[in-house]
Amino acid sequence: MAERPEDLNLPNAVITRIIKEALPDGVNISKEARSAISRAASVFVLYATSCANNFAMKGKRKTLNAGDVLSAMEEMEFQRFVAPLKESLEVYRREQKGKKEARKDKDKKADSEEQDKSREEENDDDDERMEEEEQNDDEEVDN
Amino acid sequence: AARLSGGENRLVSLPLSRIRVIMKSSPEVSSINQDALFLTAKATELFVQYLATYSYKHGRGKEKNALTYSDLSHTAEECETFQFLADILPKKILASKYLKMLEKEKRDGEVGKGDEEDEEEEDEDETVGDAGS
Repeated sequence: MAERPEDLNLPNAVITRIIKEALPDGVNISKEARSAISRAASVFVLYATSCANNFAMKGKRKTLNAGDVLSAMEEMEFQRFVAPLKESLEVYRREQKGKKEARKDKDKKADSEEQDKSREEENDDDDERMEEEEQNDDEEVDN
Repeated sequence: AARLSGGENRLVSLPLSRIRVIMKSSPEVSSINQDALFLTAKATELFVQYLATYSYKHGRGKEKNALTYSDLSHTAEECETFQFLADILPKKILASKYLKMLEKEKRDGEVGKGDEEDEEEEDEDETVGDAGS
């Protein structure tokens, strides 16, 4: 792995939560196990990136795209991830699209009461009116 | 970039910014499109879940209602899909056994490389270094 000043580790709290949610209730996870999984996750990212990059290069592209990552999953023998990933991607794209349109509206209206309403979960609203949007629903914590 | 906080109902919990840092540490990578970044983060979460549940299911830690390091290390060794982790999840052996191995190799005239292949398959309850399971 690259030795760089930047942190190549993933946040412990998040990793722990993901593990706990995956295992049956009450299972104890040793600190060593947690740390090992965290390292494994970082290695996974590197491996996936490298693999996806090969696909990008094959396609003579310099930018990794969604297809490259999905192809990488198959290549790495994680085909089981592909379907759920595709689903999540769709939701993500809808969210992003919503945010984009919200920003466009915001500019158009020049209405300053519109904050980050785009934080809300999959709202299938076409209108994206910001009237009564719950802005305190989601934590706006910056990572 | 999509900033995703730690709520449980979020689409993805791992911070995209951190995932991006790791991806960019790869020298051959120039740029990463937003969808690819998201997918990598999400895939990593799925991976964590899979590694944890697989190891728990196939390991001995569950006899004590726990997930242990040795469960993970066992997975890396036994399961082909996770073999890419073998180097970072090595099996652990008792310090005393390791020393014996080194001595034996020295006696046999070989360079003491300390290969963990020989007699390391003991009960991994006692481990070298950190407090084990």
